Amino acid sequence: MPATIPAPSTDSVVKVHRIEIRPRRGQADPRGAAVLRQIESLGLERRPKRVDHAAVYLLEGNLSADEIGRIAEELLADCVTQAAEIHATEAAAKSRIAPGVAVIEVHPLAGVTDPAAESVQLAIEAMLGKRVEVRTGDRYDLHGADAKIARAIAERLLANTVIQAIHDAPYLPTSFPHGHPYTLAIREVPIRGLKDAELEKMSRDAHLFLSLDEMKGIQAEYGRLGREPREIELETLAQTWSEHCVHKTLKSTIRYHELSTGPSSVAWSLAKTAASRPHHEVQADGTILIRNLLKATVAAATHELIADGIDWCLSIFVDNAGVIAFDDEWAVAFKCETHNHPSAIEPYGGAATGIGGCIRDIMGTGLAAKPIAATDVFCVAYPDVEELPAGCLHPRRVLTQVVAGVRDYGNRMGIPTVNGGVWFDNNYIGNPLVYCGCVGLLPRTAIKGDVQPGDRIIALGGRTGRDGIHGATFSSAELTDTHADEFSHAVQIGNAITEKKALDCILAARDQHDGPLFRGLTDCGAGGFSSAVGEMGKSIGAEVHLERAPLKYDGLSPVEVWISEAQERMVLAVPPSKLDRLKRLCEEHAVEWCDLGVFGTPTKELVLRWHGTEIGRMDTHFLHEGIPTPTREAVWDPTWNASQKHQARKPALAVGGRFGLSERSGDLAKALEALLEHPNIASKAWIIRQYDHEVQGMSVIKPLVGPASGPGDAAVLQPVPTSSRGLSIANGLATGLSSDPYLMVLAAIDECVRNLVCVGTDPSRIAILDNFCWPSCKDPRNLGSLVRAAEGCYDGAKAYRTPFISGKDSLNNQFVTEGGTTIQIPPTLLISGFGIVPDVSQCVTMDAKRAGSVLVIVGATPGRMGGSHVELITGASGGTLPVTDLAIGPKTAHAIHAAIRAGIVRSAHDCSEGGLLLAAAEMAFSGGIGLEIEPATAPGADVGLLAKCFAEDPSRYLLEIAPSDLPSLTKILGTLPHAVIGRFVERPVLVLKGAANDTVEIPLERLRERWAGANW
Amino acid sequence: MNNGSAPPALVITAPGINCDLELCRGFELAGARVETFHVQRLLREPSIVDRFRLIGLPGGFSYGDDIAAGRVLAQLIRQSLYPALAAAIERGVPMMTPCNGFQIAVQAGLLPGPSAGAAWPDEPAAPSVGLTQNSAARFNDAWVRVEIPSNTRCVWTRGLTFAPGTDLLPCAHGEGRFVADDDTIAALEANGQIAIRYAASENFNGSMKSIAGICDASGLVFGLMPHPERYTRWTQHPTWTRLDPSQRQGDTPGLRMFRSAVAHAAGVTV
Repeated sequence: MPATIPAPSTDSVVKVHRIEIRPRRGQADPRGAAVLRQIESLGLERRPKRVDHAAVYLLEGNLSADEIGRIAEELLADCVTQAAEIHATEAAAKSRIAPGVAVIEVHPLAGVTDPAAESVQLAIEAMLGKRVEVRTGDRYDLHGADAKIARAIAERLLANTVIQAIHDAPYLPTSFPHGHPYTLAIREVPIRGLKDAELEKMSRDAHLFLSLDEMKGIQAEYGRLGREPREIELETLAQTWSEHCVHKTLKSTIRYHELSTGPSSVAWSLAKTAASRPHHEVQADGTILIRNLLKATVAAATHELIADGIDWCLSIFVDNAGVIAFDDEWAVAFKCETHNHPSAIEPYGGAATGIGGCIRDIMGTGLAAKPIAATDVFCVAYPDVEELPAGCLHPRRVLTQVVAGVRDYGNRMGIPTVNGGVWFDNNYIGNPLVYCGCVGLLPRTAIKGDVQPGDRIIALGGRTGRDGIHGATFSSAELTDTHADEFSHAVQIGNAITEKKALDCILAARDQHDGPLFRGLTDCGAGGFSSAVGEMGKSIGAEVHLERAPLKYDGLSPVEVWISEAQERMVLAVPPSKLDRLKRLCEEHAVEWCDLGVFGTPTKELVLRWHGTEIGRMDTHFLHEGIPTPTREAVWDPTWNASQKHQARKPALAVGGRFGLSERSGDLAKALEALLEHPNIASKAWIIRQYDHEVQGMSVIKPLVGPASGPGDAAVLQPVPTSSRGLSIANGLATGLSSDPYLMVLAAIDECVRNLVCVGTDPSRIAILDNFCWPSCKDPRNLGSLVRAAEGCYDGAKAYRTPFISGKDSLNNQFVTEGGTTIQIPPTLLISGFGIVPDVSQCVTMDAKRAGSVLVIVGATPGRMGGSHVELITGASGGTLPVTDLAIGPKTAHAIHAAIRAGIVRSAHDCSEGGLLLAAAEMAFSGGIGLEIEPATAPGADVGLLAKCFAEDPSRYLLEIAPSDLPSLTKILGTLPHAVIGRFVERPVLVLKGAANDTVEIPLERLRERWAGANW
Repeated sequence: MNNGSAPPALVITAPGINCDLELCRGFELAGARVETFHVQRLLREPSIVDRFRLIGLPGGFSYGDDIAAGRVLAQLIRQSLYPALAAAIERGVPMMTPCNGFQIAVQAGLLPGPSAGAAWPDEPAAPSVGLTQNSAARFNDAWVRVEIPSNTRCVWTRGLTFAPGTDLLPCAHGEGRFVADDDTIAALEANGQIAIRYAASENFNGSMKSIAGICDASGLVFGLMPHPERYTRWTQHPTWTRLDPSQRQGDTPGLRMFRSAVAHAAGVTV
């Protein structure tokens, strides 16, 4: 069907043309069908019978009918499967709506990044040599829906009004909104005369989110300078001093004390050991003064480990990512970020720019690292949550959109997302957590940059727009039901290809025969140019000409240019002698670049100019060191913490009493099946398979393993094709134990180590990252729990000899409802880890391999059920929390590694969420090998069968080995508790023995189906 | 590997192309000498193509695949690079175009190409086959079992036999559903231009006749949705830890495809 081309118009004025692309008659419409499927999940009383999708392109330019025809037929439509339709007028577009059809169109709001539009513009330019402005949209024809239903569907499914406009008819504007040139107005902000209350008001109203102390610090500084701050200076301070950028809470001085009242399960008290800890002082009144919590715990552990002989940490805490040695020639970097608040408001864009920003951190590490893998962990409310507070998106939508955002950005960048997890708790309802990690590979010669005075400030990659303004300060604020409106400008859509081009260009510039073309680089993340340039020019100053930045549209003020967090921008320090070569590379890779100015000023000040006029001048020392660090109060209140209950879904097994389960095999099986279905445990294949987790061809152990695609413990890559050395990646998360963050962190570190060791990682070559996500730490009780978590990091890292090399914190994760109730997230600490696998050919997976093998449990089961999943599925609570033994845990990890190196381990699996029985079942159905299991035979004479099956005690591993290898295994394990608890058999069933020697048989296929979970 | 006798292979990159390194690796392991060129450079100097005996157009998301997969890069190739590529094929140069490369090739007039015996047209032909959204409308990364039609002329897959358990190739795409009209498909089948198929029950993207890849009438140009370049060492196999060591001997099926083409190219004169 040829396009219906309008009669050639005589007028040659610029106007907007509309083209629709839809499947040819007789061709399937998968996109429309998918939308129909999603509509089913909304549970509307009346729903459409059919949905047709069409892509809409709006072209503004002086185009002839013939040119429009070519664009439609040759560029936009695939002549085999698609048909194009051209509309000269809105009337023409509206004329073709079939009866009984409600039309919904979704178009991005002005100023929102539209990657599709950018590539269409580029293609049209190549095709016609004409610059045309393009906007894209989507049209949905809902058959058998009225306007009201259609609107509801649009709002709940098809559009996010924070970034998109919903039209209930085909949309064809007469022209696009365009910006207007900006005329300079330098604003001074009178601050010197303000009273405390006025300072606080200004901080909030101007979205500075600075504390009173900080506002007074600034007031004092300008008092000293004898002038008022200019707007751009105040903004620069707000960005640089934001929680997001300086971690002021973790770096501040904290006065901590513990209340020992209440039903405390606290075996551990800081007071007992405070005196012996670095930067801790026990005061006369018994309180403990900690100077710089980060330095005193997380970083201290690493420095002590380095002093104690760990020589493979190459760069820690100073750069965008931590770096360790991979081999003599190569190093690997790891960074993990959160992007929680943007994802709460616009999950797709928030997650995409989250992973995009983390990838840029890796690109900006040392003299540029090549991103080779990504990780993601999401914390959201249960998909069947009953109440949805105003201002919150539904968790199902949050999770599916977050996954789509990571998918579309990571896949386009060509970076495999190889490891992750999802944790459900209804207290994440208004403030979901989105962790994005990225691993990079770089030559050991490129680990450190050295910016010199005289180096040009070169920005390359994306253009600067109004998007993302105040992202840094926003991330440091608290979410409320009005944030979606108030902070829509902090939310962005990314363009992965812009970033991929910048990456290709930067790596080419790094790998020149005579060395890198730049002496330093960093990404524009939170704070935009203000923090990137400020950071790089920290000790030498910089002079910046803001009018030189390429803009997405006219009208940005210098302040906006300076603090915009527009995506996909990198800043390089380039010696003038190498500028031409860099410029040529940028042209070859079609990467836009600009020369913003020069690093180094005589006074080491940061000087900001607009067409020559000075608009800001700041002392870099005050900017980076001037932030006041008041002493913050922290209290550990076990009673209050215990009262901060997890919000679980309705228990799957509605049974009374503690667990309400007998020790009969039938009950154990019932609980096992319920555990397999729990969202925390059930298969994440629906997420993993949407990610290209194998791009770059490095994968050795993939996230899904065995013939039944079971849950692998860790991913393994072979980053250097010519070397058999492997790099493993995993994470640990023990949010179930958040009622004592100290124990929670130890369990998370132990889990991360277990996951890594199970695939063949050398436990003496593991480095880890901390990511704190806490409710507001202005509340001393939350700060108290944060302190305990940090102390856990210190003890755990030292015990396992796993140095922290990088970390990040997000300390205001709570949501205030319309009614004023505050929903705090559970204190959540993600441990990300990576380690060295000496030889990938010795890697082990968790899927059972062979009938005739025996199943061995290694590690003791004291049977502490607190925070376990069996509590979640039965509604029981109050169990004591598992305690990680810091002597046994590391010892066990090393023993397991020795067994794997000895080549006697057929499969190995981390025994964690759900407990021993669940892990054993996973091994069986993943490998399709039957298992006869007798959990009672696990070590622990005085421990009940329920506990042996379902407790989540740490430091336990399940191994499959040949019976003939038992003696060698026993020799390796020595005094470590272990026992044979089962035998693998041909028949594809799980045979489970209860307390009274009663048995039950469950087909493996049934277990696998339970676990395989719903396809979202 | 003796670089003197190694045939030179051209790997084309572009904004958003992201499987170039593994494609280079495949050629190198098979004994070729690889040079990578950015498409911007080739569009300016198409004659660069003339010195190569093998060509690879890798997978990825060229220019974001925002309009449709491969659309923009295909347009650019049609405008200025097509003649040089067509000439290379007439010279006997094998070309592999996996995934995004396949999507680009079918839109750039490189596949299925002219009928047997006919010369390549001066102007790129209009697309006659399409690779469109998976029937599930979702990106999917999975290893699937594949089969080589016995009558294929494809230089890359002809005579390739798989051992049970290793007859897999990795797929990772959202727009891989092969679509064409019945006559076109009948002709492709009759001419042995179906280079590879998804095995029964493995056709996850809903391709017509389970077609995973095709070749031109000369058998030189090989386009497919799966990624042979991601299957050049045994430890890439999704369940290699349970394969018997005897099953992991010699070259992987993916590498054997590169070997066939490189062997063929060794005979090509520039």
